Amino acid sequence: MPTTAPRGVGHLRGDEPFPVAARRSLADAQLRRNLGHATSTIRAKSAAVIDEVPDWQELREAGSAIKADTMARLPELLQQLETAVVAAGGTVHWAVDAVEANRIVTDLVTATGTDRVMKVKSMATQEIGLNEALEAAGIEPVETDLAELIVQLGRDKPSHILVPAIHRNRAEIREIFLREMPGVDPSLTDEPAILAAAARRHLRRTFLSTRVAISGANFAVAETGALAVVESEGNGRMCLTLPDTLITVMGIEKVIPTWADLEVFLQLLPRASTGERMNPYTSMWTGVTPGDGPQDFHLVLLDNGRSAVLADEVGRQALHCIRCSACLNVCPVYERTGGHAYGSVYPGPIGAVLSPQLTGVEDNASLPYASSLCGACFDACPVKIDIPSILVHLRAEHVTAYRSEHRLPSAEAVTMAAAAYTMDHLPMYEAAQRGSRLARFAGRRGRGLPPPLSGWTVGRDLPQPPPQTFREWWTQR
Amino acid sequence: MVDATMTSRELILGRLRAALGPPPGSPGEVARDYRPAGGAVHLDVLVHRLTDYRASVHQCSDDEVAQVVDAILGGRRVVIPAGLPRHWLPDTVEALTDDGLPADEIATADGVVTAAAVAIAETGTVILDAAADQGRRVITLLPDVHICVLRVDQVVAGVPDALARLDPRRPLTWISGPSATSDIELNRVEGVHGPRNLHVVIVPRGTHHSGG
Ligand code: SF4
Repeated sequence: MPTTAPRGVGHLRGDEPFPVAARRSLADAQLRRNLGHATSTIRAKSAAVIDEVPDWQELREAGSAIKADTMARLPELLQQLETAVVAAGGTVHWAVDAVEANRIVTDLVTATGTDRVMKVKSMATQEIGLNEALEAAGIEPVETDLAELIVQLGRDKPSHILVPAIHRNRAEIREIFLREMPGVDPSLTDEPAILAAAARRHLRRTFLSTRVAISGANFAVAETGALAVVESEGNGRMCLTLPDTLITVMGIEKVIPTWADLEVFLQLLPRASTGERMNPYTSMWTGVTPGDGPQDFHLVLLDNGRSAVLADEVGRQALHCIRCSACLNVCPVYERTGGHAYGSVYPGPIGAVLSPQLTGVEDNASLPYASSLCGACFDACPVKIDIPSILVHLRAEHVTAYRSEHRLPSAEAVTMAAAAYTMDHLPMYEAAQRGSRLARFAGRRGRGLPPPLSGWTVGRDLPQPPPQTFREWWTQR
Repeated sequence: MVDATMTSRELILGRLRAALGPPPGSPGEVARDYRPAGGAVHLDVLVHRLTDYRASVHQCSDDEVAQVVDAILGGRRVVIPAGLPRHWLPDTVEALTDDGLPADEIATADGVVTAAAVAIAETGTVILDAAADQGRRVITLLPDVHICVLRVDQVVAGVPDALARLDPRRPLTWISGPSATSDIELNRVEGVHGPRNLHVVIVPRGTHHSGG
């Protein structure tokens, strides 16, 4: 039995099933306005810069193939990475799960004698609940990414991989700063430039006086031991160069084989994620550099359920994810429910597959159903992860597990088994998609799918189906 | 269940091997049909991309760099890396050579002048590799104005060209425009924690001897 992420630690499991949480966000008009504005803005930006690149499809193809090759050779590549990092003066730690990773990091920080660390935005440390573990040990973690800071000061949860405070508008951010930022100018307006300047002043002292930083990594090159962090604000650069000690927590799937492979991902990631040709800052470092930057470097390699994902041949490709968040920005379900409804730090389409994969599907049973299977995520993904297929696969897995446990299927399982069957059989899937489009023309927008799928869509706002399915478009090409 | 003597390292590697199963996963051929390194360099593309990212671009001869620096930072305090060509600095600036200056002191400087290692035209990116004429990573981070002097022969077409030219073992900083955030309603705001002003000065090839 593969070992999944442990219960009781980290942020991969929600307190309530997706439909319950989603119903609440659907009622929040402000949230839907904020999200609608943000995702449409970013989609347009991204589409424009992707259009500039004549070889976008070839890059996606290469990205997908490099990742498949990486997963097939993961043990070998991780050992190669370890050797290279150690040779460059770093220390490598292996953490089987969130509990062990938190312990390793807490011990490392404690050993430096400091009680405050600064953090670069990192999904891996959010996943394991590192901030809570540090606080329990009497260490104050300071988030330095503006959005993470907004979330931290607002005692809130991130709701988007890339823009964690996407659910907040400028007025709400101003309120949070006025309330929580010590010494903030009370005449603060809600101009984004003014708010950003307030954060700059607030964090400068922290950057200059904190001796330990914790980061994630976007990529780690097995061949050379180089790590890369991609960011915009410069807070990442501050954390990566100013302190004495740097601790990087990285999911084991982030390794890539060679230095040259970066040429693929550094073209795919910025355009797919922020819609920029290149993000303002990318930092790369290998172990320690005498006289420049932290002289004590630790790399924590995190499993926390990833080996279980690797064991699933269909679902394995979810580990290819480079966390660009493009799939969130095109997802009609995400756009309406926002990230919190998913209950995990990984929201949206990729979260709907990755969270149940990491925790075991029984702990996140509603997430594989949190999708209309419209295929927009697959189309948007820069490394071509077939998210709809993994969703269908996980639904089938859930139904089977439920049946064997309960003898009788649940109402949800019956509905979803029908859905899974339909999705597994392409002609029926296409017919169902066309059917749901017919529903739109019949003025039944948002009224749900025809039986037997209607059991699922009752009480849920089914997104408007696209005028043409991806498969139809493809066939016509 | 778990052998107590087994380290987490062995445990994880064991799980991964078991997950992959025998025979060891066959690496598929990676098709690299995308544009490789070696494309033609278009300087006007670089200038457009830099300007589009709200960096200021200056084109001049090597002898005129000092005048550009004077116009931007004349009368101010400027950090410079030890290997910076001195003729790039006008008499009007107070130069602090970084020989391990404390961060607090670097933060009080008004600007920094460095060379660069490589620039990517297609993305509007300048790359520093911490050579002697570029200095430690921190000096281009804390002051509010960064003037980066680039030779035309350091400009490459795309990302693959840049990686081919760089030494992966050096600390690398890729810079595309000034520091920016889009975290507030996705409005781009320049200058959060890094320099709020980036000036790129492009000079003809081979007119000075690059350090490092
Ligand atoms: S699944 Fe693909 S589109 Fe979604 S975040 Fe990951 S890489 Fe991006």
